[in-house]
Amino acid sequence: MSEPVTMMAATTRLDYVFTAGVAQSKNLRGLEQGKFIGQRCPKCKKVYTLSRGSCPVDGLPTDEIVELPNTGTVTTYCVVNVPFAGQSIEIPYICAQILLDGANLSFMGLIQEIPTDQIRMGLRVEAVWVEPDQLGPTMASVKYFRPNGEPDAEFETYKEYL
Amino acid sequence: MSRFPELVSGHRPVGVVSFAQYDNVRREDDHNEVEMLMPVVAEVFGAIGITKDDVGFICSGSTDYLVGGPFSFVTALDAVGVWPPRAESHVEADGAWALYEAWVLLQEGEIDAALVYCFGRSSPGDLSEVLALQLDPYYMAPLWPDPTSLAALQAQALIDSGRATEADFAAVASRARRSALTNPKAQVAYDRSPEELMGEEYEVAPLRRHALPPLTDGCAAVVLAAGDRAHQLCQRPAFITGFDHRIETHAIGARDLTRSPSTQLAGEKAGVGRKAVDVAELHAPYAHQEMILVDALGLGDEVALSPSGGALAANPMMSAGLIRIGEAARAIWSGGADRAVAHATSGPCLQQNLVCVLEGV
Repeated sequence: MSEPVTMMAATTRLDYVFTAGVAQSKNLRGLEQGKFIGQRCPKCKKVYTLSRGSCPVDGLPTDEIVELPNTGTVTTYCVVNVPFAGQSIEIPYICAQILLDGANLSFMGLIQEIPTDQIRMGLRVEAVWVEPDQLGPTMASVKYFRPNGEPDAEFETYKEYL
Repeated sequence: MSRFPELVSGHRPVGVVSFAQYDNVRREDDHNEVEMLMPVVAEVFGAIGITKDDVGFICSGSTDYLVGGPFSFVTALDAVGVWPPRAESHVEADGAWALYEAWVLLQEGEIDAALVYCFGRSSPGDLSEVLALQLDPYYMAPLWPDPTSLAALQAQALIDSGRATEADFAAVASRARRSALTNPKAQVAYDRSPEELMGEEYEVAPLRRHALPPLTDGCAAVVLAAGDRAHQLCQRPAFITGFDHRIETHAIGARDLTRSPSTQLAGEKAGVGRKAVDVAELHAPYAHQEMILVDALGLGDEVALSPSGGALAANPMMSAGLIRIGEAARAIWSGGADRAVAHATSGPCLQQNLVCVLEGV
């Protein structure tokens, strides 16, 4: 006599084609060339990095393209000490919000080449890119950020971005 | 004469005063959802000379399953711009249900205008698989039935009941696609006779290609305004006089698929039959479903059915229902109709239905 069925696994997998859109395509093409691309709002003049094409404040298209430098400021950070499945970086490591110079929106990045107990708000950093032949339309083109040796940024310069 | 019609639902007159929709296309490859919504939101505000700062509430309808990314409804808000912060909400449903939520809030009297928008792209994933996931997760979803096969079961049941033939489905599709010729936003429009359409192969018997909706990427937006504000913003607002939505069991086998009791009940609660109906914009993705809806709403031959071409002309997910309300409102604005019925559906085989009665004064 067979046992009653008490459980069944119904696996689900869906595949999607992602449409980056006009704005994000420009960002991704920039990364492919080892450059950060920002987009400026025509009204409030804020510059967004990794924009989806609109100013989230004004709801207007951010059509003006701004090339941003390789340098920025750590606005806030987290030291990761917890191992998890699929972890690709040796712990402990630093995950930080980075505000590129000239940008009005920070994004998350990996910080290396500094002991984890020395990470701090206001640290000045620069992007380290992968080898030119490995650049692609992806944030993986940025290997990590590292201290660039400049004095720390004043709190006043980034307090709006926390 | 009163400046407002008599209300069956609610106590505060709320009118549809602006409507815009994206070009309905098979596949929008160039623009992401935010980029699709921005011009539509700009148009829906611009047409009546207001901005986002003039609405007290924003409600959207969409589902993350379509694009396969979490919180796409949050990022979509970037298309409106919500600073300073304002009251905002979202429904995991067609924009017609988002409009219902906005209508309820407007009933409370705290605000005078609201923006409703929705977006849905059918192209990023396999829509047949995506829609299978809305089915009951134990008995139906693991079988991955596609929506056309489920609709075909419904169509066959309708034929077996003796109330329709395959030629009737072709007649519905022929009329809808011919009407769509005058709709600049239509994705599928043609002038082909029912006899010619009957020559098509079956997609899933008894449904031929003409009886199926197109796969559509699109989005839409509506502005609602209450009381005097509606008159300020629109020469002839399409006031919502009746509004209701009902749902049936998710167990498809427990339903009589040849009838739509949820539509019938919603129609009764919304007062569809109280006065003559000039235009009915019905969200019937499959041709035979229009016949079921006409029955459920008790619409007579004098009613102009889906002059826009309905969902057979363009069927953007999460938006085709709101577009029915927008098209019905346009019929009121133009003076072409005094009383219009808009209907939206969701789920397999007309599982959930919303009925909105619009009137001009």
